Amino acid sequence: MRTQAIGGFLFGKKSLKEFVMDKAIFLVLLMLVIVIAIINPRILRVQVLRDILMMSSTKIIMALGMMFVILTGGVDLGGGRMVGMAAVISASMLQTSDYVRRFYPELGQIPLLIPILLAVIVGTLFGMMNGMIVAKFKVPAFIATLSSMLIIYGVNSIYFNMPPNNSQPIGGLRPDFTYLGSGSIGFIPVIVIFAAIVSIIVWFILNKTVFGKNVYAVGGNPEAAAVSGINITKTLVGLFGLCGFLISLSGVLEAARTGGATNNYGSGYELDAIASCVVGGVSTTGGVGTVSGVIAGVIIFSFINYGLTFVGVNPYWQNIIKGIIIVSAVSFDIRKYVQKK
Amino acid sequence: MYVLEMNHVSKSFPGVKALDDVTLKVKPGTVHALMGENGAGKSTLMKCLFGLYSMDEGEIRFNGEPVVINNVKEALSLGISMIHQELHLIPYRSVMENIWLGRFPRIGGAKSPVVDHQAMFDRTDQLLKELNLSNIKPTDLLRTLSVSKAQSVEIAKAVSYDSKIIIMDEPSSSLTENEVEHLFSIIRSLRQRGVAIIYISHKMEEILKISDEVTIMRDGHYVGTWEASELTTATIIKRMVGRDLTHRFPSRESKIGGELLRVENYTSPNARSFKNVSFTLHKGEILGLGGLVGAQRTEVMEAVFGLRLHSEGSLYIRGKEVTINNSYDAKKYGMALLTEERRATGIFPVLSVQDNLVIANIKEYRDKSGLLNSAKMAADTQKSIKDLDIKTPSARTLIKSLSGGNQQKVLFARWLLTSPDILILDEPTRGIDVGAKYEIYVIMQELAAQGKGVIMISSEMPELLGMTDRVVVMSEGRVAGTVNSKETDQEQIMELATKYVG
Repeated sequence: MRTQAIGGFLFGKKSLKEFVMDKAIFLVLLMLVIVIAIINPRILRVQVLRDILMMSSTKIIMALGMMFVILTGGVDLGGGRMVGMAAVISASMLQTSDYVRRFYPELGQIPLLIPILLAVIVGTLFGMMNGMIVAKFKVPAFIATLSSMLIIYGVNSIYFNMPPNNSQPIGGLRPDFTYLGSGSIGFIPVIVIFAAIVSIIVWFILNKTVFGKNVYAVGGNPEAAAVSGINITKTLVGLFGLCGFLISLSGVLEAARTGGATNNYGSGYELDAIASCVVGGVSTTGGVGTVSGVIAGVIIFSFINYGLTFVGVNPYWQNIIKGIIIVSAVSFDIRKYVQKK
Repeated sequence: MYVLEMNHVSKSFPGVKALDDVTLKVKPGTVHALMGENGAGKSTLMKCLFGLYSMDEGEIRFNGEPVVINNVKEALSLGISMIHQELHLIPYRSVMENIWLGRFPRIGGAKSPVVDHQAMFDRTDQLLKELNLSNIKPTDLLRTLSVSKAQSVEIAKAVSYDSKIIIMDEPSSSLTENEVEHLFSIIRSLRQRGVAIIYISHKMEEILKISDEVTIMRDGHYVGTWEASELTTATIIKRMVGRDLTHRFPSRESKIGGELLRVENYTSPNARSFKNVSFTLHKGEILGLGGLVGAQRTEVMEAVFGLRLHSEGSLYIRGKEVTINNSYDAKKYGMALLTEERRATGIFPVLSVQDNLVIANIKEYRDKSGLLNSAKMAADTQKSIKDLDIKTPSARTLIKSLSGGNQQKVLFARWLLTSPDILILDEPTRGIDVGAKYEIYVIMQELAAQGKGVIMISSEMPELLGMTDRVVVMSEGRVAGTVNSKETDQEQIMELATKYVG
C-alpha cells in the first residue's frame, strides 16, 4: 500500500485543481474572512485586529502543544482541563496582598516566576504521564487523555475547593502578573511577543533538532522509525510532556490575560485547538504539520469566531458553522492522504 | 570462504513446519538468488536472518563467526540490511532524513540535540553520487518520488549502514523494464564493492541475468545450490515444482452444465492492477485461478464481488448482464466470497461460532416483528456444525479458539447459509493442516455436484491440478491462458504464470 501511495503521486502532475484540493479548506475560510470584512469593514481596523491577535496568542501556544500529539496521529482531550489547572495554580499564588478573599491569606509577595514554573511543571508531568501510558501500555491517546482529563479536573477542583477559598473564583491578581496577559510594549502586546517566541522555539525544535525529526518519523511511519533504531517510548514521553508544557503555559497566560481563574477555565479549549490544527493542515493521520500552518489556522479560526459575533450572527448558528468547518477540514484532509482502492 | 552461512535452520509455526533443515551459503561480492514457489519458505528464512523471527534450530555464521541475531537493530549493526517489498520509508520527509533516520549527524558532538543539516546533505549527496543516483536530490520529499526512486533510497540507506549483505525481497516487482535495468546497475556496483546481495524473485530471466549463484527451496526444504550459468529457466522450474504429489484429492466425475458467470474485459482503474480479464464459469464446475503472488488474482475477484472498482468490463450471470458495485449486489445475485486473509477479513474473533455463522444471512432470521428468531438461528447453526463436521465444543464457543481448519469450515458454512450459486474461494486451504484440507476439498466437490459454480484461487500447484476442471492462469494482471486441468502440468502453468513477467 505504502509503495503504491508513493508511486501514485508521481503520475499526477500537480495541477491547479490539485492545488485547490490541497488547500481547499484554507481557501474556503479565507473567503469567509473576506465576506465578513465586506459585511462590516470596521473589523479591519487596527485596534480590532490587535484584539483578535491577543485572543489568538494563548490559543496559538496551546495549539502548538496539541500539534505534537496530532503529529503522532493522536489527540489530547485533557488540554482544556489542563489550561484550567495551570490558570488556577498560578492565579492562586499571585493575588495582591490587599485583596479580600485570598486563596493563601498568609502568603507574601513571592517572585512571579515561582507559581508560573509550578503550574507549568505540573502540566508537563501530566503530559509525560500521558506519553508513558500511550507508549508503554499501548493505550490510544484518545483514551489516555480522556482519563487524564477527568483526573486533572478532579485534582484541580479539590485544590480549588480548599478552605478558605471554597470554590470561589480567584480574582485580584497582581498587576505584574496581569501585565503578561494584557500589557504592551509600545503598541505590541506582551502576550503576542510570548506567542511569537514560543512559535520560534517550537519551529526550531521541530525542524532543527533530532527530537523534532523523530517526532515526524514516529508519526509518519512508526514501523520505519522502529526499524531505524529510534526510541519510540522516549519520543512519545517527550512530545506529550512538551504538549503539557505548552498547554499549561497557555493556561497561565490565559489567567493573566483575563485577570482571574476558576476550575472551569479552559473547558472545551482542546476542541478549538484541535480544529485550528486541522484547519492549519496538520494531518490527523500523523506525520504532517507545520508551525506556520497552525498559526494561520488559529488566527483564521479566531477571526471567524470574532467576526461572526461582530457581524451579528446568532451564537447558536456560530456553533453550527464551526462544526461544519471542522468536519469539512477533516474530510478534505482524509481525501488527500487516503488512497481509494 | 562465505560471508554468510545459515546451517540446518528449522522453524515451525503452529501446525506448519515452515523451514526444515535449510542451508544457505553466500559468498562475498556475489548476487545470490533465492528461489522457490509461494510458500516455499524464502521469506521466513530471510526474516530469521534479519532478526524478525527466531529460529527453532540451526546456526548463523557471519564471516565465519557464529552469531545470534535477536532483533533488527542487531542485524543492521552486524551489516545485514533488508529491502522489503513494502518500503519502510516516511512519505512526507526528505530523502536525507529517511536515510539517516536514527543516526542524524549533529552539530557539536554525538550528544548534541541539534541536527547538522549541512553534513547530512553532504553525506547524502556523496552517497547518491557514488551509487549513480544523481537524479535524486537529498531534499526531495519521499512522496514525490516514483516507486523505483523510493527503492533506490532504501538501497542507499542500506549502503549507508555499511552493509555486507543486502537482502532484496522481490525488488523488481513494481518496476518498469528501464527501472529494472537501473536497479541492476546499482546491484552490479554494490557487488564490486564486495557487498553480497540475496535476491528473491520469481522472474527467471532476471535471475539468470543478474545472479551468480542460485539456491532453490521447496516446501520449506533445501533443494540445492547451483551456479547460475549451469541453469536454464526449464531446469529451475523443474527443481522448484518437482515434488511428489503427497496430497490426495477426492476423485469425482464432473457434470458441467450451462454458463453461470461470465466476466468480460474487466480492467482496473489502477494501471498497475488487472487488465482485460475475461473468463467463464459453468454450473457444476470448479474453476482454478492460478498465478504468482502479485498476479492480481485476489484483486480481480474482489472486483467481481464489488469490493473493488473496475473502470471497464461487463459481467453476466446466466447470460444476463448485471452490475455489481458492492457486496450487497453480489450477495443478491447469489455470490459468496471466502477471503484470503481469514483472520483479517473473515472471522470475527471475539464472537461465537453461531454469531460468525449467521452474520451473512442475518436478515433471513427476522420474524414478523422484525426481531431475530433465536431458535431458527440455533437450529441452522447446529445443522451447519453437523453437516460440515465443525469441531467445536459448542455453538457459543468463541471462534478464535478453534483451529484454522475449523474456522475455515465455519466461514464456508456462513456463506452456504446464504444459498449461493457462485462461490469464490481465495486460497481456501492456506494455513490448514492436511486432514482439514481434505475435508474442505470434499465440501467443494459436493457443492459442484449440486450444480453450483466454484472459483478457487490457489498458489498450490497440486491443488490447482487435482481439484479443478479448468485453470485460468494470470500473469501481471492479465490472463495468460486457460488450460484444461487434465491435460496440463505444473511446468505449463508455471510458464504461463511468468508469461508477462519481467
